[in-house]
Amino acid sequence: MPEFERQTDIGPPHYGQFLPEVIKKNYGKWDYHEILKPGVMVHVAESGDKLFTVRAASPRLLAITSIRKFCDIADKYCDGHLRWTSRNNIEFLLTDESKIEPLIKEIEDYGFPIGGLGAELSNIVHTQGWVHCHSSASDASGVVKAVMDELFPYFSGEKHLPAKMRIAYACCLNMCGAVHCSDIAILGVHTRAPVINHEDLPKMCEIPTLVASCPTGAIRPATVDGKQTVEIVEEQCMYCGNCYTVCPACTINNAKTDGISIWVGGKVSNSRVAPMFSKLAIPFIPNNPPRWPEVVKAVKNIVETYASNARKHERMGEWIERIGWPKFFELIGQPFTKYHIDDFKHAGETFRRTAQLRH
Amino acid sequence: MTEKRNTPLLDELEKGPWPSFVKEIKKEAGHNLMTNDVLGILERSYEEHLSHWKHGGIVGVMGYGGGVIGRYCDLPDEFPHVQSFHTYRVNQPSAWFYTTKVLRHLCDIWEKYGSGLTNMHGSTGDIVFLGSSTEALEPCFAELSSKKDDMPSFDLGGSGSNMRTPSCCVGPARCEWACYDTLDACYNITQTFQDELHRPFFPYKYKFKFAGCPNDCVASIARSDCSVIGVWKDDIRINQEQVKECEKAGTDIKAEICDLCPTRCMEWDGETLEIDNSNCVKCMHCINMMPKALKPGTERGATILIGAKAPIVGGALLSSVFVPFLEMDPESDYEDLKELTEAIWDLWGEHGKARERTGEFIQRVGLSNFLEEIGLDPVPEMVMYPRTNPYIFFDDEIFEDGAE
Repeated sequence: MPEFERQTDIGPPHYGQFLPEVIKKNYGKWDYHEILKPGVMVHVAESGDKLFTVRAASPRLLAITSIRKFCDIADKYCDGHLRWTSRNNIEFLLTDESKIEPLIKEIEDYGFPIGGLGAELSNIVHTQGWVHCHSSASDASGVVKAVMDELFPYFSGEKHLPAKMRIAYACCLNMCGAVHCSDIAILGVHTRAPVINHEDLPKMCEIPTLVASCPTGAIRPATVDGKQTVEIVEEQCMYCGNCYTVCPACTINNAKTDGISIWVGGKVSNSRVAPMFSKLAIPFIPNNPPRWPEVVKAVKNIVETYASNARKHERMGEWIERIGWPKFFELIGQPFTKYHIDDFKHAGETFRRTAQLRH
Repeated sequence: MTEKRNTPLLDELEKGPWPSFVKEIKKEAGHNLMTNDVLGILERSYEEHLSHWKHGGIVGVMGYGGGVIGRYCDLPDEFPHVQSFHTYRVNQPSAWFYTTKVLRHLCDIWEKYGSGLTNMHGSTGDIVFLGSSTEALEPCFAELSSKKDDMPSFDLGGSGSNMRTPSCCVGPARCEWACYDTLDACYNITQTFQDELHRPFFPYKYKFKFAGCPNDCVASIARSDCSVIGVWKDDIRINQEQVKECEKAGTDIKAEICDLCPTRCMEWDGETLEIDNSNCVKCMHCINMMPKALKPGTERGATILIGAKAPIVGGALLSSVFVPFLEMDPESDYEDLKELTEAIWDLWGEHGKARERTGEFIQRVGLSNFLEEIGLDPVPEMVMYPRTNPYIFFDDEIFEDGAE
C-alpha cells in the first residue's frame, strides 16, 4: 500500500478557503481604494471595512526558505494571509493599520523592498533563462536583477514616472511572458541559423514535423553522408528557434552571437488608447554577464528620456506616438537601421503612408 | 551539507537593492545536492554565455500528458544531481491567494522531493517547482494530490498542446472594478476542462485569462487564446462631491480627465461632471484617476476576445473581439462561454495544423469562415474597419432567389 493515494483530475483547490475573513465578508463589495504611500494601499468596502495591502518585490525565483519566512511574517502581522500578483510581487494583506510599519520593516530587513504601486515601475515579469531553459539566448534573472538594481528608485517611489511602466524580459522569441506588449521589452535574440547535428538528427527527430516547423520554409530534407537529415537555407532563417524546440539536434544557441534586443511602447490595458505591441528600439546588444552593463545603460536611458519628456499619464507608447518615432530615436541617441524596418507578414502596414512629417 | 561552490560571477548578482535570485539559490544550495549543482551549472553558463539545459523526451506522471516539462543538463558527469531536472507545474488557486498553512505544506513537499526552488509564479500562472528528478515526479504528485484530512489537495497544471492553466486577476476579492467574478470563472473553467488540461490533444496550446475590467491586469489580450475582459454596459456611476474633492486635491479635471478621454465624452464645468455614456468606450482612464468619484456601471459582464499569442510561429497577435458583451453570471455556470469554447476547439482541433495557435488558424482560414463554422454572426465590433480590398468570395445567398 503506497503512503499516499494519488488522485487525478481534481483541479486546483478552491480559492475560497485561502481568503482572509475581511475579503470573505466584503467579496464583490469593495467601494474604492487609495495608495497610501509607495507599495501600500487600502481598499475600503461598502461596509466601511478596510483591507491594507503591502506589496513587496520578488525575484520570482524563490527558495522555500524565503517562502517559509514570508509565512512567519504573515502569521505575525496578517493572520496568515498573503498572495502574489500577476507580476510576481508578494502582497501581505492585513486589517490592522498599526501593524503596517513593523510589517514593512520586517520584510525589508529580510531583503525584500516595498514598492511598485501606481505610477511607478512594477516588477519585471521574466522567463527562466540560463537557470532552466534550453533555448535561452541570454540569462533572464541576471539581466532583470541588474536592470532593477539600477531602476530601483522608480520601484521604491523615490523617483516618479509620468505613468505606470511595465518592463518585461524574455530570453528568446518564444516569449514566455507578455513581453511583446510592454512599455519596455528586453528580449534575448539568436542571430545565426541553427547548427545541425547530422549524427543525432535521424535518431531524435521526425523530419516532416521538423520541415513543417519552420515559418519561412528554410528547412529542407537532405541526405548528408548517407543519413536522412535536413539542411537549412541560411538566408531564409530568422532565428526563431522553433526548429530547435521541435528537434534538439538543431542547436540554435550560440555563445558568440546570441544577445539582447530592446523593444518599446507596448501596453495591454485599454486605458486611453488601445493595447499596443512593443516596437524595436535597439536590435542587438551582446551578452555581457554577470551584470550586462550595456543593456542596463540602454534601458535606463530610455526610462530617463521618457520620464523627462512625456506628459503626465502618458505611457511610453502614447508618448512616442505623440512625438513621432524619428524624434524618439533622436532623443535616445539610437541610430535607425535596416533592422528596424519590418520584413515579415503584414510589414506593409508599418510603412508610413502619409506625407505628414515633422521637418 | 554540500560542498561550497566557487561562483565569482554569480556573486556579483548578490549586490544591490533588488532581491537577488542568487541569494535564493544559495539558501537551498547549502543543504540540497540538486540545488548546489544548479548553482554550479549556472556559474558555468555565466562563464560561457550559454545555457546548459536540454529538452526533449516525454516525462510526466501516469495518465497525464502535461504538467511536467522535461529538462536535462548537458554536463551530467560534472553535475550528476541535475542530470534530470524537470519543471513541475502545480495548478495555483485562483488569484494566487494562500494561507501560510498551505504554503508551508507546499514547501514541505518540495523540500522532500526536489530542489527547494520555486517560481511564484510561472508566466502562465502555475506554482512552478523548479527542478525534479524523473524518479521523484510520481511520488511528489501522489503526495500533492492525495486526500488529506486537514489540507487541500493539489493537481498539476498544463503544458504542451493542451488547455494551459487558466489564470485570473484579483477580481472581486479585492478590486472594486471587477465586472464579473474572475476567481469563480477561472475555477469553474479549470474544473470543467480537466481532461483538456491534462491530456494534450489540441494542435497547440490554448490559454484562458480572466481579467475583471479593461485594465487587464493579467494581460489577457496579449497572452491568451481566450481573453475574458470584464466590462459594463450602463452608465458610469458618478459621485459629484468626490469629483470636487479630487479637484481640491490637485487633479485638473478638464486636462487630466476630460481631455484624455479617448472619445471626449466628458464635460466639466467646475461644478458637475457630465458623461455622455453612449459614447464611453469603457477605457477606464477616468475611473483609474478618480476611484472615489467614478465607478463602473452595474449592468456587468465581459467582452470575449480570441487569438492572442507570442511570436512563435507566425508572428505575435493580440486577441480580437468575438462577443462584445456576455453575461458572466455564476448561476449560469458560464454555459455560453463553454459552448463557444467547445465550438472553437472542435473546429481548430479538426483543421488546425501542428503548433498552430487559434489566432494563426483564424488568420489562415479567415475570420468570416471561422465565425460561420462556429455559428457566430458577424458584427461590426469585431473589426477596426471593414475590408478595403474588393476580393470578396460571394455566396449564392446574395441573390434574392438564391442563385443566378
